[in-house]
Amino acid sequence: MTTKLEAPAQEPRNVDGGGTASLAGVSRAFGAVRALDGLDLEVGAGEIVAVVGPSGCGKTTLLELVCGLQAPDAGRVRADPAVLMPQRDNLLPWLRAIDNAALAVRLSGASREEARARAHPLFAAFGLEGFERARPHELSGGMRQRVAFLRTLLSGKPVLCLDEPFAALDALTRREMQDWLAQALSRERRTVLLVTHDVEEAARLGDRVVVLSPRPGRVVAQLGIPRPRSEADVLAVRERALEALRS
Amino acid sequence: MISLLLVVALVGGWELYADLGGVDDFILPAPSQIATALWDDRSLLWSNLLVTAQEVGLGILVALVLGFLLAVALHLSGTLRRGVYPLLVASQAVPIVIIAPLLVVWFGFGMVPKLAIIALVCFFPVVVTTLDALRSVDPDQLKLMRTLDATRWQAFRWAEAPAALPAALSGAKIAVAVAVIGAVFAEYAGSSEGLGHLMLQSIPQLETPRAYAAVVLLAAFAVLLFGALALAERRLVPWARRRPEGPAR
Repeated sequence: MTTKLEAPAQEPRNVDGGGTASLAGVSRAFGAVRALDGLDLEVGAGEIVAVVGPSGCGKTTLLELVCGLQAPDAGRVRADPAVLMPQRDNLLPWLRAIDNAALAVRLSGASREEARARAHPLFAAFGLEGFERARPHELSGGMRQRVAFLRTLLSGKPVLCLDEPFAALDALTRREMQDWLAQALSRERRTVLLVTHDVEEAARLGDRVVVLSPRPGRVVAQLGIPRPRSEADVLAVRERALEALRS
Repeated sequence: MISLLLVVALVGGWELYADLGGVDDFILPAPSQIATALWDDRSLLWSNLLVTAQEVGLGILVALVLGFLLAVALHLSGTLRRGVYPLLVASQAVPIVIIAPLLVVWFGFGMVPKLAIIALVCFFPVVVTTLDALRSVDPDQLKLMRTLDATRWQAFRWAEAPAALPAALSGAKIAVAVAVIGAVFAEYAGSSEGLGHLMLQSIPQLETPRAYAAVVLLAAFAVLLFGALALAERRLVPWARRRPEGPAR
């Protein structure tokens, strides 16, 4: 068995850059628990792929493999620079919202003023205007999630890996945030790999829905969705995905 | 309010016991005598308090800085942690009563042996609380720093150090009380000034009220220092003041 992890050493690309990810025959086990088993997945440049599956089917592992935070036991992972947006927002409580959003810019060596200048226009564009100087604990759950998304975006990497970004929100806010994210992504086109256990969320946000089997995770169905989509399209894909999950 | 009533009751009981009971004034002076001593010897007490306060303040500062640095070193190196942590625990078992005179012989009557003793008794709580805080930083947070291409140093600078700062200050707050006792021991061991030195002189001179007055001042100073550290904590780590949620969601 060969283990090969290629982390391309190129500069992070900018907004319109492509970014692809490709996993072939990837397996990953933690002790006796096999999280992924022979998973194949191709993500094209600028595509939004929503991965659904029962809990514990290795969805988070999949994202961490793409981000290079883990190496596969077997198989091959090839991905352009990818950034992870973890399930919890993980905002740093000691930084203001704008400094949290601009964290990656600061880490790349920019001064605080430069970093803030980069983040500032996005605050207005993404409905966070006026909250630049707020501390994370002063923000609502939805807003914290938006700041976390901006932080992900501002890393400048072409591939975004979103790990159940709205799982911690109440149903109403979640719905609102899904629309917000769809809008944000149409504005800042990136390659997105989104994992969720919410089939409707996947159908609403993805260009393609990938259904994983229970652990060890394997791809059991891939469903394309036309764009622009009607509510009926979403519901149809949701039904087919649920069916694939049951089988 | 309740603590004030408690103090009034205690002092009242003490006064009655000392006035009516058969205890000699040289052993247990009444609070009124102590108050008189506080007033009559105020310039003597004040100048000595300044000396001790300086020792304790500087000693805690040294302990805070050393403790923090040590905790960081132990956090970054597992080998160091396994090797040195037990030694740190052992260092706390060293009886300072025995060590203090030796340090005085070594370093003289000046400030150095006092700082060494106060730092020795104070750095440990700082190390323990800081190290615990460093180790309990959310692993997801560090994962996030990695995916944002942070170096090890940057992850420390942005995510770990700010999380450990309030803990280090908590450690220093715990250390305040022992710092004062440490200072008195150090002065007992050999010095020409300070409240500990004053106490040591007062008792053989049968000036027991003055010794008790010094104790009152030391206690008040400890409370003051504790308050100052709490204030510093609020100033330096404003985010820790108000955290409505537990593990942030």
